Amino acid sequence: MSGAAVATGDAKARPRVRRSRVFLALLQRDLRVARKELPFFLIRTTLQPLLFIVVFGFLLPRMGFMRGNYTSALLPGILAVSLTFASIQSVALPLVQDFGFTREIEDRLLAPVPTRLVAAEKIVAGVIQGMISALFVMPVARLIMGPIPGLTLSHLPLVVLVVVLGATAFSALGLLLGTAISPQQIGLMFSIIVAPMIFFGCAYYPWTGLAAVPVMKYAVLANPLTYVAEGMRGALTPSIPHMPVAATAGALLLLSAVFWGLGLRSFERRAVG
Amino acid sequence: MSAAIATTALRKVYPAPPNGRRQRGMPAPARDGGVVALESLDLEVGEGEFFGLLGPNGAGKSTTIGILTTRIRPTAGSALVAGEDVVRHAPRVRQRIGVVPQRPNPDRGLDVTENLVFHAAYFGVSRGEAEQRANRLLETLSLAERRTARVDELSGGQQQRLMIARALIHEPEVLFLDEPTVGLDPQARLALWDILRELHDAGRTIVMTTHYMEEADQLCERVAIVDRGRLLALDTPARLKARAPGGTLVILTLDGDAGDAAARARGLAGVERVESESATVRAFAARGGEVIPALIRAAEEAGRAVTDIPLREPSLETLFISLTGRRLT
Repeated sequence: MSGAAVATGDAKARPRVRRSRVFLALLQRDLRVARKELPFFLIRTTLQPLLFIVVFGFLLPRMGFMRGNYTSALLPGILAVSLTFASIQSVALPLVQDFGFTREIEDRLLAPVPTRLVAAEKIVAGVIQGMISALFVMPVARLIMGPIPGLTLSHLPLVVLVVVLGATAFSALGLLLGTAISPQQIGLMFSIIVAPMIFFGCAYYPWTGLAAVPVMKYAVLANPLTYVAEGMRGALTPSIPHMPVAATAGALLLLSAVFWGLGLRSFERRAVG
Repeated sequence: MSAAIATTALRKVYPAPPNGRRQRGMPAPARDGGVVALESLDLEVGEGEFFGLLGPNGAGKSTTIGILTTRIRPTAGSALVAGEDVVRHAPRVRQRIGVVPQRPNPDRGLDVTENLVFHAAYFGVSRGEAEQRANRLLETLSLAERRTARVDELSGGQQQRLMIARALIHEPEVLFLDEPTVGLDPQARLALWDILRELHDAGRTIVMTTHYMEEADQLCERVAIVDRGRLLALDTPARLKARAPGGTLVILTLDGDAGDAAARARGLAGVERVESESATVRAFAARGGEVIPALIRAAEEAGRAVTDIPLREPSLETLFISLTGRRLT
């Protein structure tokens, strides 16, 4: 059918909005909202890892239950937990409300850009929030645990690579879970998916140590957190035995791509009826 | 008349809901088990027109608006809004439309002004310009005092006006309103009508759904009456009302089955059309008052007592009843 009969008035003259500009506006909105509730966000995402540090990085070593260099294996793991937990939460939880009863997200879905761009923005916002959470935990952890043997910032580009890839994989996973799971089940999701993921993600112990329990050593390879924790060890405390950095980066890249694809598809399915 | 909206054989079939979830008044399942929300809709709305979609719940009004605003993908057929295809060029359509949803859905993370300024930013409006427009709109819509309020603190009517401000902040060519006055008190409803009239006077194309006859009658230049996914009638309110059979509608509620009474009523002088449904007889007559005694007698001869006998003047409602055999609300 031709559009000849359909006049568009002066609309043709109206310049098309650049996608990058809309993307930035969406990102600004998410960061504005995040800033308003920054204290709650930090408590929600970092309290659990920090409490863990107090017990396992401070009390137990003092009591002599842990050997001195346990903190070197623990710190990168704790940072990995803060990073991924904050990333997954800051995408999944707001989405549940956004797609809930009132569909608050509608005003962003009406933006004159492809729906996938709105979804992609959510992932980027999640990456930023995950990094803020990890950046907050880092100095506090160092303060509680005292000097950490073997900790080095000399491989900073590597740290950034692992952080960005890890946050991306988990933000995208948050997008998938936040759009695929009903609001009633979101609490359940954190209990049965996220909590086991944290405990069996090599965050609190190095992967090489699992040689003592070979079944576990292979089972945890299915857990995305394993690669973030091991990657952080490779980048921050390379003297601790760890998975080859190339392997962790490759795995994170693959996981990011898979979750990104699934997350975007799930978002679109929820967004367009 | 040039068209702001044109749909051709627009159809929407939803996947079958889980057993027993079908709502009352919803259309029957299609052969493949899906629910047909929209049968095959051909519509054309002119530029600058105030167009109404009138029908009961489940008629397909919201589905139609959903498709035209790119929020629902049609199963078949095509729809152009401001000359752009709603499926192939959804972002371009979104650039040109404003949408007021059925339920206010402000962004609860933001305050009143932020809701407007950020929405404008999603459409590429610069911050300074957006703030100016926001102030003007909040003034016009009597929300100026609530400018920094959290949206949770607004009343229902205020939230609805905020939704209108949001739909206008990027200066769209076509404004869609889905049941905008549901849940508003009479005063807020009248205030909203005034706002809509002003927008229409300013030349904007407005498409509104409603299940209030009076609203469609008062505001719209043309009204499409839809029911169960089908377009039943489309014309100006005046001409639609003129099509209502026999002017006045007399409704007799009886104390039992109305079949026999309806049969007797059919032969009465002055009665143009009679329908019956369980204990109700509906008679259309040119002069409603004059046939009432005869109708009551007919019912009594059929052995029934009349328990209620309201009259309905010619209206979109009497037309709707004559078209569907059912009331709107």
